[in-house]
Amino acid sequence: MDFLNITDWSLLALNSPGWGGALLWGAVKTVQIALGGYIIGQIIGVCGAMGKVYGPPWLKELLAIYTTLIRAVPELILILILFYAGTAALNTLAAKIGMGPIDVNGALAGVLVISTVQGAYSTEVIRAAIQSIPSGCHEAAAAYGMSKWTTFKRVTLPLLVPRALPGMSNLWVIATKETALLSVVGFSELALVAKQAAGSTKYYMTFFLAACAIYLTITLISRVFFNQVEARFSRGMVKHK
Amino acid sequence: MADRKVAVQLTGLRKRFGDLEVLKGVSLTAHSGDVIAIIGGSGSGKSTLLRCINFLETPTAGEVRLHGELVAMKPDGEGGFRAADPAQLNRLRARLGMVFQSFNLWPHRTVLENVIEAPVHVLGQNRDAAIANAERLLDRVGLLAKRDVYPEMLSGGQKQRAAIARALAVDPHAMLFDEPTSALDPELVGEVLSVIADLAREGRTMILVTHEMQFARNVASEIIFLRNGLIEEQGKPSDVFDNPKSEALRAFLAPKY
Repeated sequence: MDFLNITDWSLLALNSPGWGGALLWGAVKTVQIALGGYIIGQIIGVCGAMGKVYGPPWLKELLAIYTTLIRAVPELILILILFYAGTAALNTLAAKIGMGPIDVNGALAGVLVISTVQGAYSTEVIRAAIQSIPSGCHEAAAAYGMSKWTTFKRVTLPLLVPRALPGMSNLWVIATKETALLSVVGFSELALVAKQAAGSTKYYMTFFLAACAIYLTITLISRVFFNQVEARFSRGMVKHK
Repeated sequence: MADRKVAVQLTGLRKRFGDLEVLKGVSLTAHSGDVIAIIGGSGSGKSTLLRCINFLETPTAGEVRLHGELVAMKPDGEGGFRAADPAQLNRLRARLGMVFQSFNLWPHRTVLENVIEAPVHVLGQNRDAAIANAERLLDRVGLLAKRDVYPEMLSGGQKQRAAIARALAVDPHAMLFDEPTSALDPELVGEVLSVIADLAREGRTMILVTHEMQFARNVASEIIFLRNGLIEEQGKPSDVFDNPKSEALRAFLAPKY
């Protein structure tokens, strides 16, 4: 088993002085932030897509500006803007009304940025999915007197999900990795913990590879989940083998 | 046949798409038990007329009465109209069974689920009662064995028969058929027409747009020949088919080859 002698494995032990526990804790933070940003992002996406497809012209314009702008700007810059500029603005405001400085929570900023970015991409994914639903399905719903809400619940949503899922599972994987950008504002998620561990032990390869392995694990577990959801929701669709 | 209720009444119906006026003032009354066949060439406005009855297309002018009730309209701010009261429209629509050219079954629901969808989720019927009724209707159109199959697994003729069962499930005041056999392979047309003919015989109120002239002659109580957005001729099938008055209808009915 000599080939396993490439690093000092005790560095990855769960208890101090090992960094394993810290890494896993970072991974939990990563998943939490990704999940929060993703869920809010998908809600924005559904609303945004409905607005883009069915909304009045002014709303369509507004949403076009949102999706274009957010998708054009690097997430890193958005995070920096929101965290630093946002904190500054908030503190100016707080000072005006006589309050002390407010500490902007890195987790909150992270969820906000990720959900804003995810929402922009998701709007486009879901808009395309809605538009790929055969128009006859909605026509039949209208002809049989379904209200707008019933149509959404009984026709649009169940037909939309299988069409949007591939794009949405893609967005989830992206969300898990976007969290790494929060390390620039000092939020202790997986990437930052790995960097700190690597920096203090000088075992760079060990910790970054460990972080990679954890990201990979998250992705693989997610894939199992999304495959099941996809199988569940694609009833009635012809499977091309 | 003395006190027959009016199921559908259209008065001075007009429909404009941009610069193109497709319907130029059409009036039509379907009493309960009537089978009205709308015939006419491509672009004559016959499908648009049918779709105006349940507001899949909103008329530009005129009145629509369903089961004696005027569908309320209001200006849409762009020179046209739209239904003023969505709840009223949906209530009236729910009792019009529509059968589409391209079936328009909901692909994510089984045949049975398609049939009970409107009864349960629009009319608010009890699910078990709706299922019992749906099974009876599916048996009637010869599809009971396919109740748990998704539409994608059916032939065109089977899809259309399922769609007819779906229309019957709402106990319709009138059934609207929009070229129900035009998307079918020739050998599948018969099975669908025989179901429709059966319904006509039992006194269902129906308005159908069709290209099947022989079928229209045999099944309809009234023929309406539409041309350029106006009714050119209307009357009993024997009159319309055997003694066409207008040159246009004569040309339309003449063998094409």
